[in-house]
Amino acid sequence: MTSNSEEPKKPGVGQIFLEELNNQFKPPKKDDKKRGGISQTILIPLLAVITGLIIGGIFIILTTEQVYAAFGQSFGAGLAAAWDAVSKAYSGLFTGAFGDPARMIAALQSGDELQIRRAFNPFLESLVTSTPYIFAGLAVALGFRAGVFNIGAEGQIFIGAITATFVGYSVTGLPAIIHVPLALLAGAAGGAFWGFIPGWLKAKTGGHEVINTIMMNYIAFRLSDFLLTGPMKRPGSFNPVSPEILPSAWLPRFFPDPIRFHLGFFIALGIAYLVYWYLFKTTWGFELRTVGTNPNAAKYAGMNVTKNIVLAMSLSGALAGLAGANEVLGVNRNLAMAFSSGYGFDSIALALLGNNHPLGVVLASLLFGTLRSGATRMQLTAGIPNDIISILQAVILAFIAAPAIIRTIYRLRKPTVEEAGVTIRGWGG
Amino acid sequence: MTPVLELRGITKRFPGVLANDHIDLTLEQGTIHALLGENGAGKTTLMNILYGLYKPDEGEIFVNGEPFHVHSPSDAIARGIGMVHQHFMLIPVFTVTENVMLGEESLKTGGFLDREAAAKRIREISSQYGLEVNPDSYIKDLPVGVQQRVEIIKLLYRNANILIFDEPTAVLTPQEADELFEIMHSLTAQGKSIIFITHKLREVLQVADIITVIRRGRVIGSVLPSEADQSKLATMMVGREVKLELEKEPPRPKETILKVENLIVTDETHQVAVDDVSFEVREGEILGIAGVQGNGQTELVEAVTGMRDVEDGKVFLMGKDVTHAIPRKFTEAGTAHVPEDRQRDGLVLPFPVMENLMLCTYYLPPFAKGAIIQWDYVMQNATRLVEEFDIRTPSIFTPAGSLSGGNQQKVIVARELSRPIHLLVAAQPTRGLDVGSIEYIHSQILKRRDEGVAVLLVSTELDEIMQLSDRIAVMYRGKITATVSAEEASKELIGLLMAGVPLEDARQQIQKKAAQSEKIGGAN
Repeated sequence: MTSNSEEPKKPGVGQIFLEELNNQFKPPKKDDKKRGGISQTILIPLLAVITGLIIGGIFIILTTEQVYAAFGQSFGAGLAAAWDAVSKAYSGLFTGAFGDPARMIAALQSGDELQIRRAFNPFLESLVTSTPYIFAGLAVALGFRAGVFNIGAEGQIFIGAITATFVGYSVTGLPAIIHVPLALLAGAAGGAFWGFIPGWLKAKTGGHEVINTIMMNYIAFRLSDFLLTGPMKRPGSFNPVSPEILPSAWLPRFFPDPIRFHLGFFIALGIAYLVYWYLFKTTWGFELRTVGTNPNAAKYAGMNVTKNIVLAMSLSGALAGLAGANEVLGVNRNLAMAFSSGYGFDSIALALLGNNHPLGVVLASLLFGTLRSGATRMQLTAGIPNDIISILQAVILAFIAAPAIIRTIYRLRKPTVEEAGVTIRGWGG
Repeated sequence: MTPVLELRGITKRFPGVLANDHIDLTLEQGTIHALLGENGAGKTTLMNILYGLYKPDEGEIFVNGEPFHVHSPSDAIARGIGMVHQHFMLIPVFTVTENVMLGEESLKTGGFLDREAAAKRIREISSQYGLEVNPDSYIKDLPVGVQQRVEIIKLLYRNANILIFDEPTAVLTPQEADELFEIMHSLTAQGKSIIFITHKLREVLQVADIITVIRRGRVIGSVLPSEADQSKLATMMVGREVKLELEKEPPRPKETILKVENLIVTDETHQVAVDDVSFEVREGEILGIAGVQGNGQTELVEAVTGMRDVEDGKVFLMGKDVTHAIPRKFTEAGTAHVPEDRQRDGLVLPFPVMENLMLCTYYLPPFAKGAIIQWDYVMQNATRLVEEFDIRTPSIFTPAGSLSGGNQQKVIVARELSRPIHLLVAAQPTRGLDVGSIEYIHSQILKRRDEGVAVLLVSTELDEIMQLSDRIAVMYRGKITATVSAEEASKELIGLLMAGVPLEDARQQIQKKAAQSEKIGGAN
């Protein structure tokens, strides 16, 4: 940093943004130069991902039978087979996530619209998968910033999906310009209510939000089961699925089938900016962050700690509710049982990986969405079970949660107490 | 004669800091060697190296002329080195004997504890060195000064010959400190050697045989107390001239700002901590509240700043009843509060300096327009205050947690004093700070007083209370036992009051003592 106390250079918005991502305006450290001055808040997630890929590779080798057979023949053949398995898997993952460049070029040259759409679909499909991750990741990150650990994102996603679906099929005769926002708002409100309850319980009774949000998850799951087999069941259907959401409430898609890429992605980016603005540009966000970092100082500064905890849980729930609404309005167009495959739980990892910063969460969500979407393709082309992605995600998360491992592997220096983030404070209540 | 302890070229680096830079230190048998330095000068690091808690990067340690490789505190204890920590390591619900024998239990046949044998040794030790203590008392029933004696006995019980005292007087009344110094002399008279770590100038001159001053990890020099005075030591310690005496104009008290009537406040355990306290503070005067730590000062301060609810009684701020008001009410009425625990209440350590500098008024213009924070102004404000209050920080974006304690405190003082105020409540405003920072903060407090601010100063540092206050109230067990004027207050008087002696008795005692010393003086 070039600025000093005499004459601080006024940093531009971009610089401030990056520095904030850098876990709140870090001090210049002279001995940081060895590692190129990249802060550990960025370096550790990066190294965690790389290390995760390496460990994932080892698992691929260990689970591929051909490798064992080749090692039986000779050591060299074994190595070649191992390399082959890993490269096949990861190139499958890559093309699954971003598309096959050769195919893209061929499609563009042929000029056939359907071919082009199919060639570019993997990339857009990755964005579709990333979208609910962004919403849910923001939800958990906002909670962490306020010092609460919202494990209940999954339940809030379900409630958000239920309320959005209900508004989506039951309210008729509205133009899309009103119906879509209304359905989204319903989703946000449903999630917010589901987050408000544990927030209120924490503020009034001291009941720990980790326990209460887990319990709220179960209630949400069973509530959705009940609704889909009873009041919200599609008439005449044998399956537990809701009626089709009216087209006026669909999130518009940009391309014809099979491309499902829809407006939700851009809404997610907009919401991410809004969360950033809220946290770092407004007095409300300052209160939230202060309460989350040092509740005693917040009280000293005249802030209402309990109000902020309830507010943070409600906002967090609203964001998670939007994740649910986004899925039903943009992708599924109905509500089915167990429609969310653990977005709410993965989002905890996203918040950690993104260092609880909206920009970080967006990047982490893109990574996770890409991995998930690419894995399906990898399973087809390389015959690698896509569960390997779960292992990869788990390893990455473990490294993020225990940065000491990464520091030991790559011999990084330990940051001082003050530099360390506030993420884990959520446990302390 | 071989010195009992010799440190040669001890060097310890922490990332970015050279905590100890080739430190040499020689401790002769039967002497008290004072280690004087500001907070963060490297005294504690050095002692932690000696005690086996840190490994030095360079340097050697010799005990009685033999090289000594220390890996853990148990090595140090085995070689007769013991440390009296600033915070006692005693178990309150155990007796003195049980605490002393803990970890070094003597057993009867069958594996039963032999308390009698241990108690017998404790009695021997206490009579030998003048450490009066009843081995059968429970720690929780003992005053702090006696608890400290138990810590010393623990070391002697383990045959320690070299005793390290880390800021031992921080928790004591002046009288208790004097008693401690007597004990230290009796220890050295019988062949023990002492390293005495402190930042208090008066104490080293009073008790040390030789004084070594450390600044920024380096030995600046060693002097004999007979050749030094306070200002010389302060200059060595800080590296520049320091004003120790404050120039203070007579107070011009006017309207009453803060008025407290029959206040009763309870602590976390619902025990009465402030018991029927009444006082008032007027414009342009400093009311000092003296007392040994834990006599209700913390709760009193929290009650008059809205941080803690009041059980009974009234608090008036400029005539308005603010008894159950929230902290923001106090802030908006013009109260500045320098909290006792700066890291717990006063700062958000991971936040940058500039955010900490707006902590109490972040929602008011010009810091915010509506709900939008005006970062331009926040940065401007921070830059100005950093300069004005001489806060040493790499930048206004640096997290407050990476600043030194003194600069953290300056951030709080700058924030609280930079807005228009009528009342300043300052609790332990200079705790743990170096001489230079203390001087600065004191001058700022006096400046506000002269500008007409009412100041309530709460401190356990008697020097600070005596230097700043216009009136001094002494708190003992939750009550204000006496209020005396600055003219009448002497160290002895306040010390006796802090120990719970009633005002009249204390006055008589001092008169008696004065008469006695006159008699002796006359006889000579």
